[in-house]
Amino acid sequence: MTAGSTTKSTPLLQVRNLRTSFNTPDGKITAVSDVTFDIHHGETLGLVGESGCGKSVTALSIVQLVPNPPGVIEHGEVLFEGTDLLKLSNREMQAVRGAGIGMIFQEPMSSLNPVLSIGRQITEPLEVHLELNKAAALDRAAELLNMVGIADSKHRLDDYPYQLSGGQRQRVMIAIALSCEPKLLIADEATTALDVTIQAQILELMKNLTAQLGTALLIITHNLGIIARYADRLNVMYAGKIRESGTAEQVYLNPAHPYTIGLLNSVPRLDRPLTRRLDPIPGEIPDPSDLPTGCAFRPRCRWATAQCETSEPPLEEFGDRNRGPAAQQTGIPPRVACFEADTVAASAETART
Amino acid sequence: MTLETGTTSKTAPREGPRNSTATAGTPLLSVRDLSVHFPIKRGFIVQREVARVRAVDGISFDIHPGETLGLVGESGSGKTTAAKAIIQLRKADSGSIMFEGQELIGLSNSELRPIRRKMGMVFQDPYGSLNPRMRAGDIVGEPLKVHGLAESGDDYRSQVSGLLTTVGLSPGMAERYPNEFSGGQRQRLGVARAIAAKPSLLVLDEAVSALDVSIQAQILNLLQDLQDQYNLAYLFIAHDLSVVRHISDRVTVMYLGRIVETADSKDLYDNPLHPYTQALLSAIPTPNPIHERSRDRIILKGDLPSPMDPPTGCHFHTRCPIAAEVCSLTDPELRRLAPNQAAACLLATGYDAAPSSRS
Repeated sequence: MTAGSTTKSTPLLQVRNLRTSFNTPDGKITAVSDVTFDIHHGETLGLVGESGCGKSVTALSIVQLVPNPPGVIEHGEVLFEGTDLLKLSNREMQAVRGAGIGMIFQEPMSSLNPVLSIGRQITEPLEVHLELNKAAALDRAAELLNMVGIADSKHRLDDYPYQLSGGQRQRVMIAIALSCEPKLLIADEATTALDVTIQAQILELMKNLTAQLGTALLIITHNLGIIARYADRLNVMYAGKIRESGTAEQVYLNPAHPYTIGLLNSVPRLDRPLTRRLDPIPGEIPDPSDLPTGCAFRPRCRWATAQCETSEPPLEEFGDRNRGPAAQQTGIPPRVACFEADTVAASAETART
Repeated sequence: MTLETGTTSKTAPREGPRNSTATAGTPLLSVRDLSVHFPIKRGFIVQREVARVRAVDGISFDIHPGETLGLVGESGSGKTTAAKAIIQLRKADSGSIMFEGQELIGLSNSELRPIRRKMGMVFQDPYGSLNPRMRAGDIVGEPLKVHGLAESGDDYRSQVSGLLTTVGLSPGMAERYPNEFSGGQRQRLGVARAIAAKPSLLVLDEAVSALDVSIQAQILNLLQDLQDQYNLAYLFIAHDLSVVRHISDRVTVMYLGRIVETADSKDLYDNPLHPYTQALLSAIPTPNPIHERSRDRIILKGDLPSPMDPPTGCHFHTRCPIAAEVCSLTDPELRRLAPNQAAACLLATGYDAAPSSRS
């Protein structure tokens, strides 16, 4: 579902040079650094990476939910429909959350209020943001529950979160997040805690509803398969920065960053013949308070050169590869942050053939 | 710090998984009709049993020396409970567990002690399963002390150093505490401790599930190296079917306490016979956008039923895309439908004519 024509207009969300840090007793830790990306109307963007890569902090920064202190958004812009969210007051921001941007997190049990009925929790945003009266809000809440596949919805409005299963709770979260028809839905590891078959249900539901409502979707996950199936474009993050971005076809089929290649080689794949051994990335994820100089991936990289130690590779357009039809449609060029990208992409290609 | 796992292997990596001929001969572990029930008690002063959860409801399988059996299922399927019963961390209600030719059910604690040495376990949470106040060396070496496997202090220290090296850590790390290790390193410690007493069977309960993918791959390679080196048998419990396929020779799929399908890994993934296995495989997105966008997924209706009140007949019939009326009335049994494949589905091709898998 590539939003071909709409991408030429102004993006729905523009994140520019975002930098978010945390002040800890051991010094300042920069969780997100120099992150720039767009989300267009109706498209699905994936943000993928391992623990500590900054993907969740990026999402929290967009909606201004970074706990402060210790977190500080040091600089950058988050333009949502042209307005810089970082300049809004708390009150103004509250209007954006829910009405403009909906959110779903990993733990539905801790995101829902245990002592309020789910009906109350769905009607609250409707009354606050859409100024519906109680009766109209309840009708709408029942409709929403129906929409997310909870049967007998009128009666279920009186249920409390503990009476629901994990999958049902996540359905309720989706109903709340979409209740005010936001233009953007952020799903941060929204299906990670669910069983495989329930995960598939929830993902299909999210994809169908956002397509139906024209909502843009930001999927944040460590699961490469989910991104491959659902995202139009993706950003691969490592140690606080975007290392590679492009359409799913570009990044998965013609990866050009050593980290992306390492990730793809690390996972056992059901879509390929069985190999006896995996080809993992050597070493460990670096401590964010003590990042290597130059390119943060350098100590684990088999292509690293002396240049990688002294300077940081910028995220640059990388045109020298098969772009595929999807790339031509979006008109957004793939980007890679690696000095050796040409060599890396070429050797990844020979490895495949 | 480089932690390449490949260095620990002395043998050349095998080409592909071993085929089913490896399963001939006497099994190392033979589980028959194993059941574990949890009583649900009510009452304030006098508690009486009001119901039972059949967490594990009559399962049977074998594991041969040096072989990996993958055990797959979602929450409430009973896979962890079954594993705990096998390594005698939980009492079984009925059935038989033969390990190295000896029946474990009914043995006293002192009789079990020498047997426990032969069975190691690695848990999911490398943070929760290591004692934060013990040094890494003592965590790894504790089984040596418990089972009296070190002849002297020097022998103990050299064995601990050897174990740390085997799992890709440096012997100098023996003095550190668990909080000084990363998640992947802690799981290496967990593996070192589990193999310290030279077991013949390792139970790995979601042992790589909590790890980041780049680290998960390192641990999977380490496990394969150790298996080649020591001819270890693995009971590999996981919900991630792609990981299970990678490491397992055979795979058993559980649903609400029962086995629904068991087969050689290749057969199970190439040609799953039970509708639940088919749905599970279909539910997993692969990192290949072209493949993903061209295939339809089987999306199961509804939630997992409560194990306290499982559906009648085939437990899966309430969510099964092909269920017929008979499925709510009759319990299917696990029947051998292909040479290395058994499934418990009344509607599977050839079910009526097939022999029970027990015969």
